[in-house]
Amino acid sequence: MAQESIDRRSFIKKMAAAAAMTAAATMFPGIIFASEQLENLPKGANLDWKKGPCRFCGVGCGILVGVDKGKAVAVKGDPNCEVNKGLLCVKGYHQTMCIQAKDRLTHALVKKNGSYVKTPIHEALDIVANKMKETMEKHGKDSVAMYTSGQSTIPEGYVASKLMKGAIGTNNLDCNARLCMASAVAGFLTTFGADEPMGCYEDINYADYFITWGNNMAEMHPVLFSRMLEQKNNRGAKIIDFATRTTRSSMAANKSILFEPQTDLAVANAICYEIINNDWVNKLFVEKHCNFSKGLTNIGYGTEDKFKFKDKPEGINFEEYKKFLEDYTPEKVAKYSKVSVKDIKYLANIYGDPNKKVVSYWCMGMNQHTRGTWINNLVYNIHLLTGKISQPGNGPFSLTGQPSACGTAREVGTFTHKLPKGVVMNEKHRRLAAKIWKVPYENIPSKPTYHATEMFRAVDRGDIKFIWTQVTNPLVSLPKTGRYREGMEKDSCFVVVSDVFPTPTSDVADVILPASWHIEKAGLYGNSERRTQHWDKMVEGPGDTMPDAWMTIEIAKRMGYGELFPYSEENHVEEIYNEYRQFHEGAKHGMAPLEVLKKESGAIWPYVDGKSTQWRFNAEYDPACSNGEEFHFYGKPDGKAVIWQRPYEPAAEFPDQEYPFWLNTGRVIEHWHTGSMTRRIPVLHKAMPHAYVEFHPEDARTLGIRNGEKVKVTSRRGSCTLPASINERGLPTRGQVFVPFFDESLLINDVTLDAFCPISKEPDYKKCAVKVERV
Amino acid sequence: MPIKSYILHYEEDKKETLVRELQKLQNCEVFPAKNHDVIIIVTETETEELDNKLYHKLLEINGLKHMSLVSGFDTK
Repeated sequence: MAQESIDRRSFIKKMAAAAAMTAAATMFPGIIFASEQLENLPKGANLDWKKGPCRFCGVGCGILVGVDKGKAVAVKGDPNCEVNKGLLCVKGYHQTMCIQAKDRLTHALVKKNGSYVKTPIHEALDIVANKMKETMEKHGKDSVAMYTSGQSTIPEGYVASKLMKGAIGTNNLDCNARLCMASAVAGFLTTFGADEPMGCYEDINYADYFITWGNNMAEMHPVLFSRMLEQKNNRGAKIIDFATRTTRSSMAANKSILFEPQTDLAVANAICYEIINNDWVNKLFVEKHCNFSKGLTNIGYGTEDKFKFKDKPEGINFEEYKKFLEDYTPEKVAKYSKVSVKDIKYLANIYGDPNKKVVSYWCMGMNQHTRGTWINNLVYNIHLLTGKISQPGNGPFSLTGQPSACGTAREVGTFTHKLPKGVVMNEKHRRLAAKIWKVPYENIPSKPTYHATEMFRAVDRGDIKFIWTQVTNPLVSLPKTGRYREGMEKDSCFVVVSDVFPTPTSDVADVILPASWHIEKAGLYGNSERRTQHWDKMVEGPGDTMPDAWMTIEIAKRMGYGELFPYSEENHVEEIYNEYRQFHEGAKHGMAPLEVLKKESGAIWPYVDGKSTQWRFNAEYDPACSNGEEFHFYGKPDGKAVIWQRPYEPAAEFPDQEYPFWLNTGRVIEHWHTGSMTRRIPVLHKAMPHAYVEFHPEDARTLGIRNGEKVKVTSRRGSCTLPASINERGLPTRGQVFVPFFDESLLINDVTLDAFCPISKEPDYKKCAVKVERV
Repeated sequence: MPIKSYILHYEEDKKETLVRELQKLQNCEVFPAKNHDVIIIVTETETEELDNKLYHKLLEINGLKHMSLVSGFDTK
């Protein structure tokens, strides 16, 4: 009893501290508290501190979890981790508190006669395996699908890919990273022929300017933002926030520049126009290391089922590219972007000044875009024209949203078109996968099938008859959720959901499998800077909870694929990682051995001769460069990066008389994505208990809407009623409203549009047309 | 048994002195911000009366410019 009282008080103290930290974060964007818990722990506390990466976001902060008598009782930043150097944000500090949630899924639940029945895990796994097998026998192997996550660990993604593509022989595997990073992937591949950023977080220590493109880092990547603020304060580095909404990042920046949604394409081209017009091009770099190309235009928006698009790249020369840019003079672009000529020239001047080092950062603003691949290409153009790339403090840097969007979704390859090395369309890559997986080469189909949006459309159409989701909550996170909820509810599809907590997605499941949380299993993540991070299991999970990777292996065994999955329950993480490493052997993507990852707070690939590679494509740092030059973009056969001619094209939907507002959606610092974890952390939930709709004060005044009043936001797809927020967290431009998507009880994704980038297939959550009315 | 958290703003160059003074107090956990002039404290006392006394003691510490209560709980 006495111990219970101490635990309760210590819990309340943590909540009190977190409440104050959250309040401070409201006043000071990017504020960071170093861990003082160690000093403040009760005397005599003998905690076992175990290292790992943070569960939330793609930054990959190192954490130390204090374990006492088998329970996680404290979290602090790992001072030895190069990513965060001991710092953590408010989510990071309190992450383990969700484990104690009262509604934690601890046992399998199987729907029988409309009700969920608690079922022993092995019985539930039998049901899932039998159903999957039976569906394949009746309807063919392409009638079953898996939908995983950028929060899946590397082993989890790997065995999912091996089961679906190697064993079953279907490419019906995609993941929620399609919703956040696919445009970055397509951008990297089209420009460099190799995915993931060339630089690393160490760039922050060298850059003179940080230009953030539609990226509220103060809330989404607070630890990195705090590192930038430190450079701003200590040595005068400057932060320029280029966005469609004024946020905490804008307030902390040296300068905030606002643009009309979708016109970032035009502004990027205008910057390139200025760079060329003012003779700021790094001619030697461009001549040696770049080609010019153009692709198809008027490429559509994918709003119709079974939409197909394939780009047709065509080489052009510098003069043709220069001519194309004449449509993008600052004067012309200022007219529709609402960015002044002066500000366009200001941005161009920063990039064009050979004596200033510049890093561009972006995340969802550029990726969740119907021209997401294009805008990624265009920002690369700026860095390539000026030669500001692959050097300390100079480079374009696409940040990830999820902790292993890079490590699992992109590197292991849990997209329909991907394999752990390369793509299913490439025979050589299929042969390598077949060899390592020990399956007949013919097993792996050569054609991609469904990307995320199309996968759930196929569920709705009845083409997919069995779907298994792991570590993700699509019925909160998909755009135009209404259609996909109805699809998942249909009897035509058997739905299996593995998760830690109940969610709107598990609500429609036929079988719910209870998953282990992050520290209740061993695993590996890969963060935004190509850093692979390992952790050991720290505490036991409750009840029948099981690691997702082991669930997949158990299903594979029950389906008759046991010999392809010869892993042991105790060491499967290590055994899988060692098998997976074979895919990436070599100087271009070598992964660090597990012994290294166990000792260090991660290592950056390519890991060559016992060393991380911090800057790829630069011969001074990257041993894979082999052309004898200073730079080598070896992802492309000729070793040259591509400067793409990509025009401005309007958004799929834009405000009109009937729906006069832009709707922009996004995140808040307190909550992780769909909120299934952070809304169960009392202090974070209290700090941000529900979603809201942000207005520009003048729009609110015109509409007669006051702070806190209920407002109905309606699009052509659906509606959502939320309290109004005026002059609080963020400030949208006039004619725009903003709604965060973390709140499952106020589902703004019923309103959003499922239009996507035809190249990356990533949906645009940042732009659709809505009307608003006071309720 | 009241538990409270506060945000403290301090006078320029007084951070170290203030943190030192706060750490001397019993039942007071101190969390200085790394990159802003702000300190967070969490206090834990046995009774309302002791809580009140501690509050006034805090106000008297040299270098403290402003202190605002963020959350308050009673574990009774």
